[in-house]
Parts: sequence; structure tokens; C-alpha cells
Amino acid sequence: MMDDPEAIQSKILEVTAAATTLDQLEAIRVEELGKKGRITGFMKQLGSLDPERRKTVGLALNALKTKVATAIEERKRDLADAGVDARLMADAVDVTLPARPQKPGRVHPISQTMDEVVAILGEMGFAIAEGPDIEDDWYNFTALNIPPDHPARQEHDTFYLPGEKDGHRMLLRTHTSPVQIHTMQRQKPPVRIIVPGRTYRCDYDATHSPMFHQIEGLVVDESTHMGHLKGCLIEFCRAYFDLEDLPVRFRPSYFPFTEPSAEVDIGCIREGGELRIGHGDDWLEILGCGMVNPKVLENCGIDSGKYQGFAFGMGIERLAMLKYGIADLRTFFESDLRWLRHYGFSAFDVPTMVGGLNS
Amino acid sequence: MKFTLSWLRDHLETTVGVAEITERLTMLGLEVEGVTDRAKGMENFVVAQVIEAKPHPDADKLQVCQVNTGTETMTVVCGAPNARVGMKGVFAAAGCYVPGIDLKLKKAKIRGVASNGMLLSEREMGLSDEHQGIIELPATAALGATAVEVMGLADPVIDIAITPNRGDCLGVRGVARDLAASGLGMLKPLNVLPVPGVFESPIKVHLDFPSADADACPYFIGRYIRGLGNGESPGWLKDKLLAVGLRPISALVDITNLIALDLCRPLHVFDADKIKGDLRVRLAEPGESILALDGGEYDLDAAMTVIADDDHVQALGGVIGGERSGCAAETVNVYIECAYFDSVRTAATGRKLNLTSDARFRFERGVDPSFLAPGLEIATRLILDLCGGEASEPVIAGKEPEWKRDIGFRHGRVQALGGVEVSGEETKRIFDVLGFAVAHADADAQWRVSVPSWRGDIVGEACLVEEIVRVFGYDNIPTVTMERPSTLPPPALDASQRRRATARRVLAGRGLVEAVTLSFMPLAEAELFGGAPDSIRLLNPISSDLDAMRPSILPNLISAVGRNTDSGTSDACLFEIGPCFAGDRPENQSMVAAGVRAGRSGPRSWAEPSRPVDVFDAKADTLAVFGELALPVDKLTIANDAPPWYHPGRSGLFRLGPKMVFASFGEIHPRVLRKMDVKGPIVGFEIFLDNFPKPKTRKTAAKPHLELPSFQPVERDFAFVVGKDITAEALLRAAKNADAVLISEVCVFDFFAGGNLGEGKKSLAINVVLQPTEKTLTDTEIDAVAEKVIASVEAATGGVLRK
Repeated sequence: MMDDPEAIQSKILEVTAAATTLDQLEAIRVEELGKKGRITGFMKQLGSLDPERRKTVGLALNALKTKVATAIEERKRDLADAGVDARLMADAVDVTLPARPQKPGRVHPISQTMDEVVAILGEMGFAIAEGPDIEDDWYNFTALNIPPDHPARQEHDTFYLPGEKDGHRMLLRTHTSPVQIHTMQRQKPPVRIIVPGRTYRCDYDATHSPMFHQIEGLVVDESTHMGHLKGCLIEFCRAYFDLEDLPVRFRPSYFPFTEPSAEVDIGCIREGGELRIGHGDDWLEILGCGMVNPKVLENCGIDSGKYQGFAFGMGIERLAMLKYGIADLRTFFESDLRWLRHYGFSAFDVPTMVGGLNS
Repeated sequence: MKFTLSWLRDHLETTVGVAEITERLTMLGLEVEGVTDRAKGMENFVVAQVIEAKPHPDADKLQVCQVNTGTETMTVVCGAPNARVGMKGVFAAAGCYVPGIDLKLKKAKIRGVASNGMLLSEREMGLSDEHQGIIELPATAALGATAVEVMGLADPVIDIAITPNRGDCLGVRGVARDLAASGLGMLKPLNVLPVPGVFESPIKVHLDFPSADADACPYFIGRYIRGLGNGESPGWLKDKLLAVGLRPISALVDITNLIALDLCRPLHVFDADKIKGDLRVRLAEPGESILALDGGEYDLDAAMTVIADDDHVQALGGVIGGERSGCAAETVNVYIECAYFDSVRTAATGRKLNLTSDARFRFERGVDPSFLAPGLEIATRLILDLCGGEASEPVIAGKEPEWKRDIGFRHGRVQALGGVEVSGEETKRIFDVLGFAVAHADADAQWRVSVPSWRGDIVGEACLVEEIVRVFGYDNIPTVTMERPSTLPPPALDASQRRRATARRVLAGRGLVEAVTLSFMPLAEAELFGGAPDSIRLLNPISSDLDAMRPSILPNLISAVGRNTDSGTSDACLFEIGPCFAGDRPENQSMVAAGVRAGRSGPRSWAEPSRPVDVFDAKADTLAVFGELALPVDKLTIANDAPPWYHPGRSGLFRLGPKMVFASFGEIHPRVLRKMDVKGPIVGFEIFLDNFPKPKTRKTAAKPHLELPSFQPVERDFAFVVGKDITAEALLRAAKNADAVLISEVCVFDFFAGGNLGEGKKSLAINVVLQPTEKTLTDTEIDAVAEKVIASVEAATGGVLRK
């Protein structure tokens, strides 16, 4: 009968731990717990003991049996895991190999900038209005208080088309302002719109492209004055350039369709050929604006004695160039993939005021 | 426009410096474009006198001079041939920076003799290229005085931009008036005392216009001056002109230039001895030409105003004088022209002839119609002063054009429109200094404001408000936050704008790079893509290959693919969302999302092979947009009659109903690519965003109730052999229709042709998903549906199940 259960147990556990194959473990199990196994043998001998001793020895034997069985099972599992690991390692790959290629697309900086501008001005209650790229000269000029012999007509370097509409020459709009007219003809005040779109001028050099983009703003109601114009555009500039204290200056200027008129400058620093937007000793012109000329209102059938408002217009490319450090206007339209990938934006980078204009 | 600070002070009594003046000019709307301080960096150069000049012991061309700088006497080695005892020059001591040679002077030994500084030439001061000798200052110059002061250089040149409405500021006096109104000093009075004429002018003037064109030159004053001498102008006049970049020519020419720049009064001076008979101001006759002062010969037309004598056109009214009667050094008798030319006609003439001049620039912006007589008097006085001679009585033709007008003005509009409170008193003061006369200026009543003759741009109350606010200062307008009609803004985008925005981000998300290309293209390329009718061909294209409005975006993208390939970027994937044009009316313009994929499906990879792009890449892009825009894709049909710029057998159209085309897609026709000289394969798509039905406005944003089936779906695969012309779409529809209730999904998972299928046959394998809703399907039920699928496909397509 069992002399020293402790010693027996530690011996078995030792052998079990040392086993390296499932076969060895099976052999241990048969040897100890099998039908003819040693521990099974001890169990069989229990009947020959007196009841008192049978109880204590029985308890010890049961504990031993459980312990051994558990140890064998655990060792079995370990060996199985090791086997799997070994097999997996045989299937190892070089994880530094490149992943399956998937080149992301990009959003053009003009689109992104428009989205940013719309996000800001949309927050102020402006809604988008649009109009055709091909206009006639009444909408593009006359209605905007640029009569046929006005010098500004010449300065606009207009592209003309052969057709006419109601006696007016067809042309490519030189600014987004004709949409002001369409809107005011269609909609009675209050009006609060922004007009993004393509515009065209017959000019091509480093700072001019025959096609470019503008965004126009128009507010018409009974009480909006120049103080509001300042408020709106200062807030816009600071939000767009993400500079809370950006200096913004309104300087008298001239546009036929506004009276009074202003140009808006923002603060900048010029150092060693570099231009930075922000607090500095210099100014940079960024947009034109003014109070809608009463004649423009009258041309749209709106009572200029009752209604007034402001309008502004800015170049999208210019905004993008200043913010994103793009040097040459012409590159916007060259469709060079290297440029587009460099200056373009992720499809998921959707500018919003709540999420921020820039990721 | 350029002027110097001292020139401005001829008209403006002021004590403020250049910084304050330039700042104020900009804030008055006279934007300062630059200030050139010619004295900058040369403040330490002093007036010095050569008191001794001896030959250098070791050099033939050098002298050793003793120079008195007013405080001390120094030795200077000098190489200038004109250095001599007694002369006064500009001395730069050791330690001074000399800008013209970009050098900081040091004490140095020149051939063994110590030199303590330098006597400067004009080139060394950076004033000109003159380097023949050193500058000689007048004997009266005080020793030790700052040289730039003595030389009149300590007078910064201010350059301002003038907006087209401010013709009155094309003279320095107009600028001074604005500054005075803004409180930076007082406008000095102008001396316009008439010069009495002492004889009757032998040359008369006739305004010869048909009555319809009488406004071309309604008013002309002339004057004969005899016995003068046209020499060089005096220094002060030459300096003034030089400072603003004008080359002095002769006293007569310089005087006219001065009066144009100073008072915005263009004048012309004829050599009276070269004029035959009287002067006639009239429209040019067909075939006439002028030999102009710029040396050019210009052919004139009947819309142009000329001044002619008995033989020739002697001047082009308001634009340029003629060479034949131009003044020269020998000129002794002159005839001064001081006229009013119509701005529109003058501008048109200059534009047609491509002729710019200071006179045209001023006339086309409108000159003061009431300043002819004073201008002529001032010119006469200056000519008599500088050139001598005696003046005739003025010759007057026509009369001053009507310019007087009153504008009703409510003082309250300054606040209501301009957003700033300016007191009635200040408002009146500003009007007054600007030359506006105010009547009935009671607090509430409407004011009557008379506009001065030089402000043709002021036409209404808003203009008057602008004057007040501009002079008071835009900076003083309190900033007000715009009121919002509601706390939260309504959406800025409408449904179609939102769809466009979504399409953009979907395509970019699929690996396409957004391009923005021009709205015009070469006509030849437009012809390959549907053509451009005459109505959208530009009359004045920027170049002959950008002459047609684009009927499609694809050619621009295909060209871009070619350019990118040439610069080393192959397999371009590009898209653009923008307008396309079929005519010149608004309804002919449509918003299109177009894209191309070129070359291979992706970069080379160890993991998966790339393949040439094909029609299904373009189809996938199209469907991705449809899907994200929640279009009813299952209601669309696919037709194979895509436009001819696509491969005829590898392209298609998505249609809703018989007519409405949502998109075309396919491989670009190889012939088109060849004509465009771009290597294929290229696939493309055009999505016609405007053709989509407007999204339905729904009462609720809630989605339909979702019922999740509680039974497992069952899948079955079938392979059918069908005729080659049977479309996958037809087969799928037939399978789907076999049991509309149970069959939830059908898709093609395999396709092949050839092999042992036989000629004209192909195999399509489909996967059918059955979704029971009431109970689990038994094998018998599943088999029954399978039989229905086979029968339906056979009936619709003639296809047989492949065994």
C-alpha cells in the first residue's frame, strides 16, 4: 500500500511536466490511472482497510487522482498549443511586405476651399444660389450698374459668344454677380445668399487664369448696414484663416454695383520672400464688398427706398493659395497628379463648423 | 499716380509726416502702392568743399584733396576729373554705407596715401548711371549740411492707385483736397489770376460736329503765345517730373505735363507756325490718319475726335498730339489747346488704336468741366514765366457743359446705410472741404447737396453717404454681428448641391483624384465628344485651342491622363464635377460628374496581379455614386447604346424609363484616343446629375420598419448555358421573377464562354438566396423553388441548366 503519497505525487507531477509528447503523457496516464494503473491499484486495495483508515486514505487517494489527472490534461493542452504554434510559425510571412495596394483619391483644393467658405457662411444663415456660366451682357453688366460704355466693361476682359438674348450679347460671366440679379428678380427680400461658381476672363499669365472661381455674397433686407458688413466679413476672415485676432481692415474702394464700396485687407507678415497671414506690419487685399448700389436694386424691381443690403465677392483660388501656400494660380487647372495629391484633401476631410474646418 | 511729399504740400498746409499721410490716403480710398524714400540710408552724407587738390605722388589719375566737411578737414584720395579747389560736393566719411556701389567705407591707404572718405558721383548715390565725375553742389550750399536735403532728395515719392471713379484725384490738388477733408491740414488757395491778352489770336477754333455728336467736344479754349523761347525747364520743374518718373523734354512739354499731374488738366501745345489756317475740332473723316507724337501713324475712323488745320489732322482729341505741329527747341510761337473731350469717345478711341496717354487716362475718367479757363490761365502764366513771350486773348469755342446738380440727402442715411453716427456739423464740414455746397441743412429735413464740378462720379444719396463715411473713416464704423433670422441656420445646400457634394466625396473615396479643368477646349476635341454648336464657340478665345465650350468633361480628363503619363505618372484616375454645355441658354448647361481610369487597375503588387482597366471599373464608379445618392438602382435599365466616343461593344447607359439617361460608362473608343494622341486603355463615365429625380420630400426622417426574418436563408447555385446575346440582366431578372416572395437575392458569380460550350453559347452561374419568412423550408420546398428558377430562366432566355 501507499507509503508516502506526497512523494508519489511529486514524482508523478515531475514526470508529467517533463513529458514532451502526447504519447508519453498517455503512457503516464495508463501507468497511473489506467485500469491496471498504480493509483487505480491503490484504490482497489482500499477495501482491505479498516473503516477509519479507509476514510483517510480514500480522501488522500482521491485528491491524488484528481491532481494527477488535471496535471496530465494541462500538460496535454500545453503540448497541443505548442504544436499549433509550431505549425503557425511554419506558415510565417514577411509582414514588412506591402499591403494590397489601395491608392486613396483626393478632393481638389478649390472644392475644399468652397466647402470651407460655405461651412462658415452657412452658419451665418446664407444659402447657396447658382446661375449659368453663359450669361448675357445685361445680367453680367448693365443690371449691375455697368452701362455699355463704362470703362469697367473693358477692364473685365470678357469672353464673348456669337448669340444674343433679347438684344443682349451672350458672354461668359466675368463674375458671379449676375446671380445676384437672378436671385433678386426671383425672390423678394429678405435675401441672404452665397454664390460659388466658375467665372471667366480673357487673360492668362502667372496671376491670371482664363477661368477661376468666385464666391459672392448678398444680403438684402430693411436694415443691414456697413456695420453688419464689417461684422460678417471680419468673422468670416478670422474663421477661415483660423486666427482669432486676425487684423481685418476695410478700405474705401470702387465697384459700380456697390455704394459705398470697400476692399478688405487682412494682416500679414512678409519676411524673406515668405508671406504669412496674421498680426504683422503689412496688409493683404483679400476681397471686395460694399452696400448694394440702389440702382442695382431698382434694376431688379426692388424698392431701394425700403430695402438695402451688402454684397461681397472673393476669389476662391486666392483664398486657397493664401491658406495652403500654393504659389501659382495656373497650377490649379493643370490636373498634374503630383500636385493634386500634394495639395488635395482626403475624401473624409469634410469641413464643418462643429468638427472644425481643418483636420 | 505718383507725387512727392513736398509737391503735396504745395497744395496742403500740413505739419504731419509721410507715415500719417500715406496711412490716411489708403483709408480715404486712395490706396498707397508704395513710398520711395530716395534719401534713405544717405542721411550721413554732408556738403563738403575741396580746399586743396594736389596730384597723387604715385598715380597719374588720382588727386589728394583736403576736404572741409564743416567740422573738420580731411584727406581724401579722389579719382574724379572734376574735383578741384573750391567746388562743393557730397562727402561720405569712413563708416558710411554707399548704396550705389554697395560698400561700407573704411579708412584706407590708396597707393600709399591715407584716404578718410569719398566724394560721391550720382551713380555712387544710386541716383543715376552718371559716373563721369563727382556731384557738384551749388556754391551756396552750407558746409556740413545734410547733402540729401540740399539736393532735394529728402522728399519721399508716394505712389497711389486711383479707382476709376476718382478722376479728380489724378491731379495732386485733388489728393490734397481729400486729405484736407479728412482733417490732415488745409487746402491752400490756387492762384488763377487771369493773364491779360495783348493781341487777338490769329488762329481761331471751330467746333464742327453734327448736332448728334456735339458732346464729343462741347468746349474748347485756345490761346496764342508769341515770341517765346522753348529751352530746358528750370531745375525745380525737372526735379518734380524726374521724381515721379517723367523725363523732362522741354519747358513747353514739361509745363503741360506738370499741369496734368498737378491739376488734372490735360493741355496740348501746338507749334503755331506749323498750323495752317484755323483749327477745326471735328470727327475724323474716313481714310484720315495722324502721325502722332509717339512716332506712330494711326488710321482714324469717324467715331474719333480730331483737331485739324487746313491740311492735316494735328491732334487726336484727348489722346495724343501730332508730330507735324509738335513743339521743338526752335519753336517761338505756340497755340495752347485746353478742351473738354467726352470720356466715352476718348476711351473708345484710345482702345481702338491701342494708344495710352496721360491725357486719355484723365479724359476717360472725366476731367473737371469747369476748370478749362483757370487751367489755361495757369498754363499761360507758367509759359510766360519760363519761356517769355506774350499771350493773346483767349479764343473760346462752345460753352461749359452742364454739370451743376443737387442731390437730396437725409443725414440719417449716414447711420442707416453707413452704420456710423456722424454729427450734422461734421457732415457739413466734410461736404464743405470736399467742395460740396449744402443747403437746408436742418437736422431732420432733407438737405440739398450741390456736387462740385470735379465730382462727376457723385450721382445719388448713397454716393454722398459714401463720401461722409469714407472721409470719417471706415475704421470708425462700429462692427455689428449680423442678426440671424433663426438661432440655427437653415441648410445652405439644396438637394442637388448636396448630391454633388456627396458624389465628389464618394468618387474621391474610391481612389479617383479630383481635377478642375477649363470649361473650354479645342473645337476638334469637342467634335469627338458630341460637338459644340456655333452658339458656344468663343468669339475671342484666349488661344485657338481653347475655342469651344466643352460638351463633355471627358476630353479634358483624357488629355490630363496623357500629360500625366508624359510626366511619369501612369495609370491616372481622375474625376471632375462641373458644367457641360450644349448651347448658350441656361437649360443647355448641365452639371456632370465625369471620371476616367487609365492603364492598369492598380500598381504592381506581389499580392494580387493588376489588370488593364475595363468597362466594369467605370460601371462600379457609376454605381457607387448611384448607391450613395440612394437612387433607385433596381429600377434602372442598362442599354448598350452609349455615345460614339465609347467602345461600341464595351460601354453602356443607365436609363430610367425610355428617355432619362442617368449615366454613360465604358471604355473610351480607341479611335478617339488615337485622335487625341493618348495611350489607352482608358475607361470613363459621365453621370448626369441634373437628370436625377428630385428627392421626395418626406414627412418623417424615420426609415421603414425593419423586420428581421427569424428563419435561416438558404442558398442554391445554378449554372445556365445561354445564347451569347442573352444579357446577365435578363437572366437575373428571370431567376428573380421565379418566386418573388421567397427569392431575396440573385447574383452572377461566374461567367465563361468557349470551351466545350459550343459556338454562340456562354455559361452564367448564379447564386440564389431564398429567405423564408414563415417557417423553415423543407428540402422538397427548396427543390420546388429551384425547379421554378430553372423553368423561368428557360422560358425567358432559352437557357438550360448545365449538368
